[in-house]
Amino acid sequence: MTTVAIDRESPSILAAAREIRLDRVLFVTGAWALALIWLLPLAYAIWTAFHPSAYETRFELLAPLTLENFVRAWNAAPFARYFLNTIVLVTMILTAQLVLCTLAAFAFARLEFPGKNVLFALVLVQLMVMPDILLVRNYATMSALGLVDTILAIGLPYFASGFAIFLLRQTFKTVPKELDEAARVEGCSLLGLLWRVYVPLAKPTMLAFGLVSVSNHWNNFLWPLIITSSVETRPLTVGLSIFATTDSGIEWSIINAATLITSGPLLIGFLLFQRQFVQSFMRAGIK
Amino acid sequence: MIKREWIHAWLLLLPALVFLFGFTHLPAVQTFIDSFWSTPRGRRPSTFAGWDNYARMMADPIFMRVMVNNLIYAAITIPASIAISLWMALFVHRKIAGLGFLRMAYFTPTVLPLIAVANIWLFFYLPGFGLFDQIRGLFGLRPVNWIGQPSTALYSITAVTVWNQAGFFMIFFLAALQTIPESLREAAALEGTSRWTFFWRVTWPLIMPTTLFVSVNATINAFRMVDHVFVMTQGGPNNASSLLLYYIYDQGFRFWDTAYAATLTVVMVVILAVIGIGQFFLLDRRVHYR
Repeated sequence: MTTVAIDRESPSILAAAREIRLDRVLFVTGAWALALIWLLPLAYAIWTAFHPSAYETRFELLAPLTLENFVRAWNAAPFARYFLNTIVLVTMILTAQLVLCTLAAFAFARLEFPGKNVLFALVLVQLMVMPDILLVRNYATMSALGLVDTILAIGLPYFASGFAIFLLRQTFKTVPKELDEAARVEGCSLLGLLWRVYVPLAKPTMLAFGLVSVSNHWNNFLWPLIITSSVETRPLTVGLSIFATTDSGIEWSIINAATLITSGPLLIGFLLFQRQFVQSFMRAGIK
Repeated sequence: MIKREWIHAWLLLLPALVFLFGFTHLPAVQTFIDSFWSTPRGRRPSTFAGWDNYARMMADPIFMRVMVNNLIYAAITIPASIAISLWMALFVHRKIAGLGFLRMAYFTPTVLPLIAVANIWLFFYLPGFGLFDQIRGLFGLRPVNWIGQPSTALYSITAVTVWNQAGFFMIFFLAALQTIPESLREAAALEGTSRWTFFWRVTWPLIMPTTLFVSVNATINAFRMVDHVFVMTQGGPNNASSLLLYYIYDQGFRFWDTAYAATLTVVMVVILAVIGIGQFFLLDRRVHYR
């Protein structure tokens, strides 16, 4: 009896299997097509940057490779200085953020005090209304402080990050109370407790936030454009935009080489630490 | 009586709050006040202007144009980014040939500076020579001045935004998809549920909180991501691709009309505040299934 039943059903099972296989093929093809489209701009930039300008729109497999575009781009603008400025900038911002936001997050996570909820709500406001849009007023503040056209002025508005405070507070709240109490019984001071118990446990969160912060501020453009006006302070993004727009006679291959120079360190860092990067972003986003 | 714990807490908060208030809250309030005063010009000091700046704004055809542009920009980038990033996440959240490469390909645009990739896209859009026109040329279509004509400039900018941010949003969907229990999928497979039905009946409701989170972020980005406008179109031609934040920059730092820029900033803050309050209420309605 059973064999009869199977016999009757087998054509439909085969059809279903074929359908699933077709489904799968379409799925994988779609995934790859999207990936190739998504990589196209970068692939194109790499192509033009490593080939003579004659091959900008001619894609021949055996076209000669060259590094000359990079050399010419590097010499055409003070990129070394821009690099230094950007590195100083992102280091300064990240250090300040980690120190200030750890202290604040600890207070929000583990201490009781009047005004706690109101202050925390005010911290969260910054997730929506960020300093990036309050350009005119922040510029006025910087000129009142005499800081216009300094690297410090690019970083100052970002020192207290509502996002970092929120993220670290969530992490600190997961630290077991027993650990906290044991350390207090041992006579650990408040700052000692923060440094010896909380900070070590929050390291993954800090790494995650660090990656997000560095890539954000490496890429930031509008505020640095407004507040800087000299080679000594400009970060890479602003330097690149000036390089690419002032001399309209510059060849595409050189502009693309400069584009790769600007994003290179971040891109290489991402490719090397891809897994950590993606996991960090995930961690930073979910909580 | 003031407790020691209170003093400790306030001392810990003090440095962060000084910066937070100094560069976010106070400037926001001052911007609001500035919007009721005139711009100081040369020897003429600022005078109280009442609603003048707002009246001017409502009568400003460029402002209206910019707002419409920004709404179109938002109306396209938000759903397009969500749809594409969700597709990406569905593609790579389980075993597939070339998983590592696919994830890398989707995510890479996110780590590149928008201002830098704008240069690459600029070339894609070049009339005649650019990639898009070369493809059109294969079909015998005439070249199009993508970013140089009012009817396509805004959409050219929009495409770059979607390309740049979709990979970032994919990460959040990826995280959400990982939390869906495998047993649900097995049960559905036993029942013979199609992939399509499974997605709409199980996956979609379960990832709702993430979709909401991503929508809010996409909405904020729709008002904040303007870097590429500087390189690609400078808001042109004839303000066809100008967005609110770009217009604020234009008024505040090219024409140095700080009072009018402040007025425009108030509009921006109000928009972001409405999004924030909206998110609060939506989240409060328990879109969470946890």
